Amino acid sequence: MGLKQQLRTTTFLLTLRYMVLFFVSVTILMAVINWAITDYIESRADESLQTSIRTFTKLYRLGGLAAIEPLVKSSEASENPGEALYLLADQRYQPVIGNLPEWPTLQATGDGWVAFAYQTPDGDTAPARGRVVALPPAAWLLVGREMQTLGALEKILERAFVLVLGITLVLALLGGLLMSNDVLGRVNAINTASRQIMAGDLSQRMPVSETRDEFDALSRNLNAMLDQIESLMSSVRHMSDNVAHDLRTPLTRLRNRLETLRARASVGEAEDIDACLEDADSLLSTFASLLSIARIESGASGEEMQPVDLTAVTRDACELYQALAEEKDIELSCQATDGARILGDRNLIFQALTNLLDNAIKYTPAGGRISARAVADPEHVRLTVADSGPGIPEGQLTQVLDRFYRVDESRSAPGAGLGLSLVNAIASRHRATLTLEDNHPGLRVSLAFPSEQAA
Amino acid sequence: MRILVIEDDASVAEFLCGGLREAGHTVDHADNGKDGLFLATTETYDAMVIDRMLPAVDGLSVVRTLRASDNDTPVIILSALGQVDDRVKGLQAGGDDYLTKPFAFSELEARLEALVRRQRGGTGAPETTLTVGPLEMDLLKREVRRDGELIELQPRDFQLLEYLMRHAGQVVTRTMLLEKVWDYHFDPQTNVIDVHISRLRSKIDKGQPQALIQTVRGAGYKIGG
Repeated sequence: MGLKQQLRTTTFLLTLRYMVLFFVSVTILMAVINWAITDYIESRADESLQTSIRTFTKLYRLGGLAAIEPLVKSSEASENPGEALYLLADQRYQPVIGNLPEWPTLQATGDGWVAFAYQTPDGDTAPARGRVVALPPAAWLLVGREMQTLGALEKILERAFVLVLGITLVLALLGGLLMSNDVLGRVNAINTASRQIMAGDLSQRMPVSETRDEFDALSRNLNAMLDQIESLMSSVRHMSDNVAHDLRTPLTRLRNRLETLRARASVGEAEDIDACLEDADSLLSTFASLLSIARIESGASGEEMQPVDLTAVTRDACELYQALAEEKDIELSCQATDGARILGDRNLIFQALTNLLDNAIKYTPAGGRISARAVADPEHVRLTVADSGPGIPEGQLTQVLDRFYRVDESRSAPGAGLGLSLVNAIASRHRATLTLEDNHPGLRVSLAFPSEQAA
Repeated sequence: MRILVIEDDASVAEFLCGGLREAGHTVDHADNGKDGLFLATTETYDAMVIDRMLPAVDGLSVVRTLRASDNDTPVIILSALGQVDDRVKGLQAGGDDYLTKPFAFSELEARLEALVRRQRGGTGAPETTLTVGPLEMDLLKREVRRDGELIELQPRDFQLLEYLMRHAGQVVTRTMLLEKVWDYHFDPQTNVIDVHISRLRSKIDKGQPQALIQTVRGAGYKIGG
C-alpha cells in the first residue's frame, strides 16, 4: 500500500485533526508557563530593586555619600555586577559615585520604571531596567539591573517550547501513520476479498481476526450476506443446469428423430425435413447462446483466469475472417500492437471477437471497411472492431445489448439478436468496459480490459 | 466396433444406441454410473460414450476410475452444460473428447471415429506423407501435389487440408476444425469455416472432374473415401 493512499485514510485524517488540537493546547500551556516564569522573575527583581532603593535612600539620609560608598564598592566587586547597578549623580546628572560610568539615556516605561542600555564588562550592550529617586538636597540616584539574564531565560524557554512542539509533531505523525497502517491493512484485506468475489470467486470470504473488534463484526456481517448470495446464485445456476438438462434433451431428441426420419424419406419429404432440421438447429443454437450468456454472467465459468495474449487472439480472429471479408469484397484491416496482455479466458474473448466481426461483416455493404485493433496502454488493453456499415441509431446504442433486441432495419438479417448480449456478458466477466459508438459512418465497438498488471 | 453407452436419459440412450447399431456397431447400455463402471471394467470396448450427470456414480468419477486402473479405452464425455470449465474438467478427468448436448448424431459419430482411429494408428512411426487418391501431401517439405502438380497453399489452408487428410474418409465437423486447426474451443455458429473450406476447395478441386472435398449435409466435411 502506498504512502499516498495512507495519507488519504480516515484514520490518518483523524490523527491529523487531533494533532492540530494537541499542538494548540501545547502552545497555550507553554505560553502560560513562559508568562508565569518571567512574571515571577521580574517581580522578584523589581522587589529587590525596591529594597535596594529603600536601603540607599535611608543610608544617604543618615550618612550622606560616605554611608553608601562601601555598598557601591561591594557591588562593584561582585561576580555579576549587572545584577545591581547604582549611580549617584549631582543635579546636572554628573556621576558622583556608582558602578555606571555616566548617567545613561533613560526611557520611561510607565509605572515609575525606566529602561536604559548597560555596557557590560565584556563590552556588550545589554538592556537594563531601574528606578530613579531624587535624593535631596541635590542628587539623583539610579538603581537598576540588567535584563540580559531574563532574556536568556526567555530564549531557553523558547527553545524548549520549539523542541517540545517538534517532538509532539513527530510523535503524532508517527502514531497516525502506525494507526492508519493497521486500520488500512484490515480494510485492504476486506477490499482484496471483495474484489476476488466480484471477479466471480464466490467462495471467498472476508478475513475475521480473533480480536472480535468492529472490523470483525463488519466482516462477519458481510460473510453472512455472502453466504446468502452464494446460496441464491447456486440455486439459480442449479435451475439453469436443470433447464439445460430438461429442455435441451427433448430438443435433441426432436432433432435426432428428424435426422433418422430424413434418412428414410423420399426426395420431396427430405426437403421439408431439412427445413425442420434447420429450424430445430436454430432453436438449439438460440437456446445454447442464452444458456452461455447466463452461465458467463453468473460467473460460473469458474475456470481460472489465465494470461491471454490479445495481440495473438486478435490476429487469429482477423486471419479467420479475412477470407469471409474478401468474399464479400470488404477490406478487413488488423492492427495489433505487441504486449497486449490481460488475464482472461482465451476462448471466450475469441468468441466475443468472432461475434463482433460476424456482425460487422453481416452489416457492412460490399466495398466497405472493417478494422480490428488491439492497443495496449499501461492500464488497459483496448479491443476495437469498427465497420463502415449503417451503424446503430444513437438512441438504441444501449438497447442493442439487451437480449433479443434488434435494430428494426436489420430484422431481415438472420440471427436471434443475442450476439452483442454475449459480447456484453463476456466483457463483464472480464471486468472490461464495453462501449458502442458512432464510427461516422458505421459502428465502433470497444472493449477496454484491465491490463495484466492492473487486473 | 464395440461401444459402451452410459446415459441415464432413456430416449437419448435409445437414440444413441439405435443410431450406433444402425451404423453397424455393437452397443451395450447402462443407465447409471455404477452399472456402467461394472461393464466398463469387466468387458472390452473400442470406445465409450459417458454422460457427465449420472445417478449413483457421476460420469467424471467413472472416467477417473477407469484411467486409474490403466484402462485407456477412448472416452467421449457428454454434457448438457457445455462451458469451458466443464470441458477442462472432463478432459482432466481423462476423457478424450467432450461433446455438448444437444449434438447432431453425425458430430458424435465423427468424433468417435476420429478417436478410435487415433487409438489404433497411434503406435506407428510418424508419417511424412499423406495420400488421398490423386492428392499427395509432403509433411516435411510442406508441399501439396495433385497428380504430381504442385498446389500453392497458405499455411492455414495447409493445416486445414492436413487435418482433413489425416482423417480421410471420416466426417470432420466445423467445431472439430475450429478446435484442431485454429485451437479455439466453441461452437462456431457462423459460416466462417465454410468460407475457408470453399477457398481450399477452389485450389484443390478447381477444373478437376472429381471433387475430393465433399460437404456432408448437416454435419461437416469429408475428404476421400
